[in-house]
Parts: sequence; C-alpha cells; structure tokens
Amino acid sequence: MMDWQALQLSLLLGCSTAALLLPCAIIIARWLAWRRFRGRNLAQAAIALPLILPPTVLGYYLLTVLGNQSPVGEAFNALFDESLVFSFQGLLLASFIFNIPFAVQPMQNAFRTIPDDLREAAWCCGLSGWRTFWKIELPLAWPGVLSALVLTFAHTLGEFGVVLMVGGNIPGETRTIAIAIYDRVQAFDNRSAGLMSATLLLISMAAITLMYAFNDRLDRRRGG
Amino acid sequence: MADNAIHISLRQDAPIPLAVDLGCAGGEILVLVGPSGSGKTTLLRAIAGLLTPAQGRIECNGETWLDTSAGTCIPLQQRRVGMVFQHYALFPHLTAQENIAIALGHLDPAQREPRTRELLELVHLKNLDRRLPAQLSGGQQQRVAVARALARDPRVLLLDEPFSAVDQQTRRKLVRELAQLRGRLNIPILHVTHDLNEARQIADRICIIHHGAALQIDAPDEIMARPKNSHVASLIGHYNIYEGTIADHDAAKGETRLLWEGLELQAPHRPEFAVGQKVEWVIPEDQMVLHQRRRPSAGERENPVIGVIEECTQLGHHTNISLKPRHCEALLNFTVPAHVARRNDLREGEGIGVSLLQQGIHLMGKS
Repeated sequence: MMDWQALQLSLLLGCSTAALLLPCAIIIARWLAWRRFRGRNLAQAAIALPLILPPTVLGYYLLTVLGNQSPVGEAFNALFDESLVFSFQGLLLASFIFNIPFAVQPMQNAFRTIPDDLREAAWCCGLSGWRTFWKIELPLAWPGVLSALVLTFAHTLGEFGVVLMVGGNIPGETRTIAIAIYDRVQAFDNRSAGLMSATLLLISMAAITLMYAFNDRLDRRRGG
Repeated sequence: MADNAIHISLRQDAPIPLAVDLGCAGGEILVLVGPSGSGKTTLLRAIAGLLTPAQGRIECNGETWLDTSAGTCIPLQQRRVGMVFQHYALFPHLTAQENIAIALGHLDPAQREPRTRELLELVHLKNLDRRLPAQLSGGQQQRVAVARALARDPRVLLLDEPFSAVDQQTRRKLVRELAQLRGRLNIPILHVTHDLNEARQIADRICIIHHGAALQIDAPDEIMARPKNSHVASLIGHYNIYEGTIADHDAAKGETRLLWEGLELQAPHRPEFAVGQKVEWVIPEDQMVLHQRRRPSAGERENPVIGVIEECTQLGHHTNISLKPRHCEALLNFTVPAHVARRNDLREGEGIGVSLLQQGIHLMGKS
C-alpha cells in the first residue's frame, strides 16, 4: 500500500525547504562568490559540513539545539506554544540546515562564473544593483540556481537519518516517505516498501532529468 | 561651464598609482597609450566610477562627478558614461537588440524601441538584431558594444582596447567606422590602447601613460617627433636615444651644435639649453639617410656618421641594421628596404655611412 500521507508530507517538505532556501542561499552564494574577507574559508567549511557529517551526528546536534530544554526550543515554545522537535516546523528547520550546502554550492559556482565586467557593464548601462541582479546576474546564474533547487528538493525527499532523529515517526506530522519505507521494511511489508521506493526513485529521476534537459537547452541557446 | 569637455585630475599611490591631469574636448579623440599594466584601464575605470581614487576631481560637461576634497562622488549609474569594454562584456543571454535596449532606461518606454533601431542602424546591424552575442562575429559584437555605450546618450565615451580582439582586416574597418562616428558625436572620446600605430591612426591627441602617470599629451606627429624626455621616447618605440653636450647656438643659421662623444652634430635651434649643458637626444629611424656606396650625394654632408655594420637582419621586406660608429661605442639602429640592403651589399662587418638629418634630431632635457 502506498502511504499517500507520507508522500504528500515529503513533497511539502521538499518544496518548502527549496522555497525557504532559495533567497537565503542566493544571498550567501553571491557573498561567497564575489567577496574576499577574513574567515571566508571557515564560512565555506561550515556550509559544507552537512555534506560530510553522518546524518545521525547532525541530527543529534539539531535535536540538542532545538530540543525543549534548549534556549532555542524554549523560545519557540514560549512564542508558539509548540515543540520544535518532533514537529513539522522542526523538521523543516532541520531540512533547511542540512540542505544548505546542496543549495549554496551550485549557486556559488554559478555566480562565480559570471565575469566581473558583465556586472560592471550593467552598472555603466545605468542599471541599479537590484536591477543588475534581476536582469543580468539571476538569468546568467539560473542553471546553477535551478540545479540547487532540484538537488535540495530531491535530497529532502530521500533524507532519512536527520529526519528520524529530529522528527521521529509521527504519521501526518513527521513521517516522510523515506521513514515510511523503513517502517514498511521493518514490518516485512516488502510490496509497499517496493512501491514507495519506486515512486521516490521516479520522482527524483524525473526532477533531475528535467533539470539537465532545461540546462542543456539553455546552454545550446546561449552557445549559438 | 557646459562645454562638452571632460577635465580629469587624479592622484593616488596605492593600490595602483595614478598621477593624471588631462582634458578632452567634445568631439576629440584622446588616445591613452602605454604598456600593459601602465594604468590606462585604471584611469578609464576611475572616470566611469568603477573605482574611486584617493584624491581627484572629474568634471564633465559642467557636472562635477568626483571631487574628493568636497566629498562628492556621483554614483556610476548617474555619470552618463558610455563604456566599451576590452572583451565587449555583452550580456550573453540577451539579443543584440536587448543588449542595447537595456541601456535605455532613461527614456520613456515608447521611445526605447525606435531608439534601439536607430542605434542598430548607426552601427550597421539592423538585420542582426535578434541574434545573441555568441551568434555574432567579433566585429559585430564590437559594434553592438559601441551601440550599447551610445544608448545612454553619454557625456563621454570610454573605449578600452576595443580593437584588440578582432583580426587586422576587421580592425581597419572598425577604425574607419570610429572615425566616421566621431564626426556625428560631440562628446569627448577616450580610447585606450597599447598599440601606437592604432593610436596614431585615430588620435587627435595622444597621452603617454606609464606607472599611472601621464608623461606627455600632444598631437601624434608632435609626440613622435618631439618626445618630452628619453622615457617617453623609449615608450613610443624610439631606439636611437643618446646623451650629448650643447656645444653652441647659432641663431642666424637656426641651429644648435651638439657634441656627441666628440662628434659635432647640427640640430634645430634650441636656445633654452645652455652651452655646456648635458642633454639627451633622439633621432627617429626615418630621419637617417643611408649613404649610397656607389653614388655619393650632396645630402651626405649633413651630420655624416661613418661606421661598421654590427648586425644586419632581414625581416620580411625590411632589413634592420645596427651601425657602430667609428667614434663611439653606442649603436645607431635603422631600417632599410631589403632590396636597398641587397643593392648596396650591406653585410655585417661592412663599412657604411649615414646622415642624421638635422631637422630629425630632437634635443631633450635629461630625465
């Protein structure tokens, strides 16, 4: 049996994470691509950390930092009268954090490849910093931005360790499709596990294929 | 005063030194010439507002764009500068038409399309308006860049080595087009290049720049014939730069006599140099006349120098000759057509004579 609720939750989590990360990652990526400052390497290392840390370690720290006894957890509880851990909001925050490198790095590479003289030419054409961003930088960095969004979305669908540590396995609240698959395997329900795995595979494959197709089309158009 | 001219005075020591005072009138092409890293592009960037120098003042058409003493620095978006970048910096995702239209933000939306068409026509590209930069040749890209620079109705046009990325044939064509364009614009044009020949073709005046300093600003012929000092002379490609001492002046004959390692030479009258003063002097290659070995002529009496050919190298249709005069160790360098070298049997070790034309000798204060 397909766990539609878990699939819906995963898609919601994936889209929300990508949407939340989009503006933040663009700001961080532009900053890292064009600014030289003291501590830049440390900042880049901190951003890349979720790529190499075991998900359980990241999950443990998030659980500690967001837990009800922590200042963050207490503040959230006081503000919204809700717990941050084992809730969708907590899951979204954790998902946001562990996806930062997947969003920032492709965007950073994309912004870095924009030659300085294009931005300068835009300013000389009278474009403000904001219009230069919309008219020149974003369209040129768009393949990287799209890759970042698709990677974030696909990675969120498949994330297991952090989700389990921070969100647990509450149906309709924190049970994502990856958790549901694990749950079905534990219950020896291989048919459901297989069906859900195939669905996840297809969605991820379709998203990444679309991304490559779009970028390829753009490359061909701009390459003449 | 709104005179269409630009007046620039900039000073800074670091990161890139600048020491420049220059002006350029409306309709004038001032070419900034200097070797790579001499600060030419930095100067253009400072005018455009892409960098702010430590000290300086820039005034264009009566507007003060920069006055560091008064704390004035107009943002580059408000400076009305048309800039053509070295590699054009066209926006690769926009068509030729869009590349131009994007710089028309100061016009009403209804005026933008006709103005874009007008500019495309001006640079002979009206049929290629829908093409992306990657679909255009180097010369066509350069034309789009010029049209985009003109789109803002700029108060000054800045061209940063605009011909460096095109082949010779296209370059000749573009140089011609720039000369035609200048007739239609009444704004100052500052053109950066390291190619002196290109500068001589298009400049009304040339400014020689080195280590960020403007060493001399003059008309091309003036700068070539009368460099201010030996530094400028070597930067504009003069090889024959020597030291000498003023022997005496003869105002009646209109000449100054110069002692060069014991040999007396007649130079044009320069009474500002005192007798006995050490000077530097230069003679352009084309002001040296080879004595024909079989048929001596009267012209050979003018500053004759006799010596031995130390080096004789044929390069294409020309032969470069280094002559070691009898009276000193310095070498005189000049070029003759290869057939002349053959006819006169010029070879290393052969003795020959040359005349240094009096009018070609230029005396300079010691730098």
